Amino acid sequence: MSEEEKKEENVRVGIFVCHCGSNIGGLIDCHKLAEESKELPFVAHAEDNLYTCSETGLAAIKKAIEEHNLNRVVVASCTPRTHEPLFRECISEAGLNPYLFNFVNIRDQCTWVHMKHAQEAYDKAKDLIKMGAAKAVKLEPLEMIMVNITPAAMVIGGGVAGMSAALSLSRQGFKTYLVEKEDKLGGRLNSLYKLFPYDIDASEFIGNIISNVQNAKNLEILTSSQVINIEGFVGNFEVEVEHNGTINTFEIGAIIVAVGSSILDPTGLFGYDGNKRITQFELESKLKNNKINQKDIIMIQCVGSRIEERPYCSSVCCMTALKNALNIKDQNPEAHITILFRDLYTPGTEYEEYYRKAREQGVLFVKYDPEKMPVIEETQVKVFNEYINTEMTIPYDLLVLSTPLVANDDNKELAQMLKVPLEANKFFLEAHVKLRPNDFATDGVYIGGSAKWPVDITESISQGYAAASRASTILSHDTIEVEGATSCLPEYNKSLCTGCEVCVKVCPFNAIIKNEDDEIEIIEALCKGCGVCAATCTNQALVIRHFTDDQIMSEIFAYGGE
Amino acid sequence: MSFEPKLLGFLCNWCSYAGADLAGVSRIQYPPNMRVIRVMCSGRVDPKFLIQALELGIDGVYVMGCHIGDCHYLEGNYEALRKFDMTKKLLSFVGLDNRIRLDWVSASEGVRFGEVVSKFVEDIRALGPSPLSRDNPDQELLKKVKAINMAAGTKRLRALVGRQRKITEEENVYGEKVPEEEFNELLDTALKEEYDRQRILLALARDSKSVKDLAVELSLEPSLVLEHMLTLKGRSQVDFQEIIGNTPLFMRI
Repeated sequence: MSEEEKKEENVRVGIFVCHCGSNIGGLIDCHKLAEESKELPFVAHAEDNLYTCSETGLAAIKKAIEEHNLNRVVVASCTPRTHEPLFRECISEAGLNPYLFNFVNIRDQCTWVHMKHAQEAYDKAKDLIKMGAAKAVKLEPLEMIMVNITPAAMVIGGGVAGMSAALSLSRQGFKTYLVEKEDKLGGRLNSLYKLFPYDIDASEFIGNIISNVQNAKNLEILTSSQVINIEGFVGNFEVEVEHNGTINTFEIGAIIVAVGSSILDPTGLFGYDGNKRITQFELESKLKNNKINQKDIIMIQCVGSRIEERPYCSSVCCMTALKNALNIKDQNPEAHITILFRDLYTPGTEYEEYYRKAREQGVLFVKYDPEKMPVIEETQVKVFNEYINTEMTIPYDLLVLSTPLVANDDNKELAQMLKVPLEANKFFLEAHVKLRPNDFATDGVYIGGSAKWPVDITESISQGYAAASRASTILSHDTIEVEGATSCLPEYNKSLCTGCEVCVKVCPFNAIIKNEDDEIEIIEALCKGCGVCAATCTNQALVIRHFTDDQIMSEIFAYGGE
Repeated sequence: MSFEPKLLGFLCNWCSYAGADLAGVSRIQYPPNMRVIRVMCSGRVDPKFLIQALELGIDGVYVMGCHIGDCHYLEGNYEALRKFDMTKKLLSFVGLDNRIRLDWVSASEGVRFGEVVSKFVEDIRALGPSPLSRDNPDQELLKKVKAINMAAGTKRLRALVGRQRKITEEENVYGEKVPEEEFNELLDTALKEEYDRQRILLALARDSKSVKDLAVELSLEPSLVLEHMLTLKGRSQVDFQEIIGNTPLFMRI
């Protein structure tokens, strides 16, 4: 962009209002929004598109940039958190600096949340576009910052997901560290008996994977080790790992979180005693070590899950109950097994088949109502059978509780070290459930397995590979472009700087220093662009690029009037 | 028709903006009164942004960031808290402090986002329209808010708030730590002084005036006005213009 084009009087804004099918267009008149946007200052073109993010939509943006000589682009659509990169790339392909793009959120924060207020939603969208266009006028081209990448990965968690990720990365030739807090690899699989749906022996299965990991090139295993501190940023993390009281620091380019999950402590639920009334997990150990010879066995599903305190479905318990029921039948064909369930989930062809097999072998299924919970007595369970509308009394000599997988207690500490979020149940929260399922919003950090949500082994392995694949997109480069929207002390503001150094003190990343010439200097590669320094600067000399005072004030004025 | 508040929200990109998006994905319904400005961190929110918005007649301003301890930028929300508290104190001089609010909303709190916004709308609706609302802004109040806006831009207040955490949480080079209460007293005095000084500067915007005139106009003690005049003169912001009789008239530089 030439100096001439940077001047405000030469600004030409293009506005693209997305219908998002009916997500936006179904509630508010996107065509009218676009037409009215044409009246805004410096707007040279406005149009509405069915899907602005589609090939057609992107082509329309490029065409309009060319035809109308646009030098700022505003898209009013879903959310910048998912689609800003796409549109930045699009205008970049059309020859504009990617920072000359501004996103206006009129779906996630407008039409989706005001579905019964079409007129108000329209007015809100109109205001937001006005504000977005006002900021766009003030946008300036920025250069991305190049940083070097350390071609090494760290996988945190040595269960099946973590091992799959570590194997994948090491086989691609990246130096990989696999950190496990226990003294051996394998995670939960070490305690399981057989795996559904083909009744594979769990020890044999995990043994093979562990031996692959142990024999892999480029792969260093750190057992009895715990990550205690993480500094740095994408491509340049410094991770401190503690092992038997000694601390080692590793230079890491990308990090994968595969810490798995924990098992709910069932104390106080359904008369749990760890002996006659046990969990599925404990049942597996018994199956593994000795024959189960009890005759009357009852399993109860959704123990401590899908309740107010823990509203989620743990997803693996139905299949686990079916598997263990069949395994008991296998060891002791005379056993009577009754499964008390709320809903039975056996998705997919193989799992449904498994359910049918259990029925054929005589496993009984009784649906209970969460409003009328089964009553556990010393030797029998009273349950109201919804299907026959009658209370049943079923004797037992072994009661097995299907308890859910829960988030690890120490997830919060790790999340804080990585600066990534947890969801309401304290599992790790990915960047986007569909668009970026194995990424975090923080660059260079990825997620796989039950750390995110309870998943079975097949899914854990897939996700381990997925996370490894995502990490390799960073590790395979020597350098990477990172956010150019950093803090700066522009030449024209240097005279304003009083040298008070308050900015040096508030910067959380030590990115601001006083240099040899006694001037304030920003180390751009360290700056994350939070903007605290600019909001603090005692003489308002520091400028936070892309979120300048001028840009934010223009949004405030666009909304507040003037 | 009942009054519909006109609200503005500053949302941090990593937690609150994501929480607001999650509210959308979950189709949580809440009142459509608030417009959002996205910032990377709640610590980016300059006190001037909030005051400017109120000055323009916006009925209420919300600042939302990550929960304490969860900040994507480690400690940005602590800075946000300090700045917000200062802004609130300044606005309390004119009774507008209950029109700004600070909350922590995480990326997973979509439901809560809807709840806190609904509550804010309700509370501001109960307060009624801003006395600065654009149809008929209270001119006297407007002058005072302009003074508050200017005060929030002064080096003194910005330096105090910028250094607050260091001063109260860490020891200085002499091994001293200033207790929180002591600091607050210091800050309160500074806020009042800078507010009054900015009011004086505003009052001198067009005409030169005497200390006595200013004292009457601004309802301040003449001795206090004189003290401020000397400070402002020291800062080269005012000067004597002429002396009429025995009364010096001051003008703004």
